[in-house]
Amino acid sequence: MTVNEEQTTISVALEDLTREVEALHAGGYRLVQIGCTDIGGAYEINYSFDKDYQYRNLRLTVGPDIEVPSISGIYWGAFVYENEMHDLFGIPVTGINIDFKGTFIRTAQKYPFSVTRRGGDPCRNA
Amino acid sequence: MPERIVVPFGPQHPVLPEPIHLDLVLEDEKVVDVIPSIGYIHRGLEQLVQKREFTEYVYVAERICGICSFMHALCYCQGVEHIMGIEVPDRAKYLRTIWSECSRLHSHLLWLGLFADGMGFENLFMRSWQLRESVLDVLEDTTGGRVIQGTCKVGGVRRDIEKGKLDEMHRALDPFEEKCREIGDVFLNDDTVKYRLQGLSVLSKDEAYALGAVGPTARASGVPMDHRETGYAAYGDLGFKPVVETAGDCYARCAVRVKEVYASIDLIRRAIEQIPEGPLDVKVKGTPDGEYFSRVEQPRGEVIHYLRGDGTKHLARARIRTPTLANIPPLVKMLPGAQLADVPVVVLSIDPCISCTER
Repeated sequence: MTVNEEQTTISVALEDLTREVEALHAGGYRLVQIGCTDIGGAYEINYSFDKDYQYRNLRLTVGPDIEVPSISGIYWGAFVYENEMHDLFGIPVTGINIDFKGTFIRTAQKYPFSVTRRGGDPCRNA
Repeated sequence: MPERIVVPFGPQHPVLPEPIHLDLVLEDEKVVDVIPSIGYIHRGLEQLVQKREFTEYVYVAERICGICSFMHALCYCQGVEHIMGIEVPDRAKYLRTIWSECSRLHSHLLWLGLFADGMGFENLFMRSWQLRESVLDVLEDTTGGRVIQGTCKVGGVRRDIEKGKLDEMHRALDPFEEKCREIGDVFLNDDTVKYRLQGLSVLSKDEAYALGAVGPTARASGVPMDHRETGYAAYGDLGFKPVVETAGDCYARCAVRVKEVYASIDLIRRAIEQIPEGPLDVKVKGTPDGEYFSRVEQPRGEVIHYLRGDGTKHLARARIRTPTLANIPPLVKMLPGAQLADVPVVVLSIDPCISCTER
């Protein structure tokens, strides 16, 4: 039997992120991925979840130096995506359960996809 | 309390030709904690999407991995086709399905060989790879490439498989399945294999789901999740039911892959029997403007290509989440409790592909 896949995207404010993620966790959704997109000086961060092939996407838009709270307290496995987000895009993420402080992905150039920190400055994860 | 020591595993290790590093915290011989590191060969292929036209990026997507290369191309093409509203001809969908399942076959047979090697079962390793060679021969015969097929394109496929060749493939499936069942019988029923794998590094169903496990790693823990159920390509016509085991140990992860080999052979057989006549592609007009999270079930699990077009010939963004990245947190949870000597087998049980992860 074929299952219909649906994808929905909703925008969330920074202060509502944790609450929205907790609601999805309580609703039985699994974390699929966290991914960043450079949208011309700012970042769009997609937090993707899935339950029975129903794809829910929380979209957060932040400036380049805005600290983003970790969701690894809710989804333990989020640390891989959040460290990646920090190491490739230079986005400071606070409170990651396993924080590699910029050494998870060891690129030749620090923060290679960052709009403001490309080339590197010290890790700013709190 | 025993003294704790840290033993580095990788990035160069005999069981893994690709670099992943694990800091294993040990008490005597027992693993009590694990810290993973990746990123030794990060290639930044996602950023190339801004320098290659959207029709050309298929070649880059296909080179993300040397095992599931066709499926990366398929996932990318399906994403672009969804954004542009392109309906692919039915024959192309069936050909995509046949090549996808050939990819899954050779990937699982590769893994079964490596897994046997990791257990020290050299003869089983060689038998598995011998069978894999015949799948690679079919891929080479039908696409021209063993590793990179280059047949998937936006709007359809580049090459057809003629009826005579399809009939030949169909005739070869029964003896091939018989040989696969011979080695599958050893993986599933041999006492030494069972003794080595059963009860090793158990991941419960709840843990697998909560940690975001995908593919055989999730299905071996009882999570009935396989993206082929959504019916992409020709899976909707062929009908599909995921292979699920419930024990959640290394044996179950092996059993899922063995049974998926049989399932792939059956899918190829039915696809050959049902493939319709018709065109191979449609003409692609315009440029992609929009976004889509394209998902495909690779041998290691669900892969995601997030694609975003802004109406130009270059996509604005491609973000690729590969199954191995999703299976790293489950690996970190399943290793504690294992003996140091079992670590290579446990790491192999998620079928790590660092080439994919370091896209």
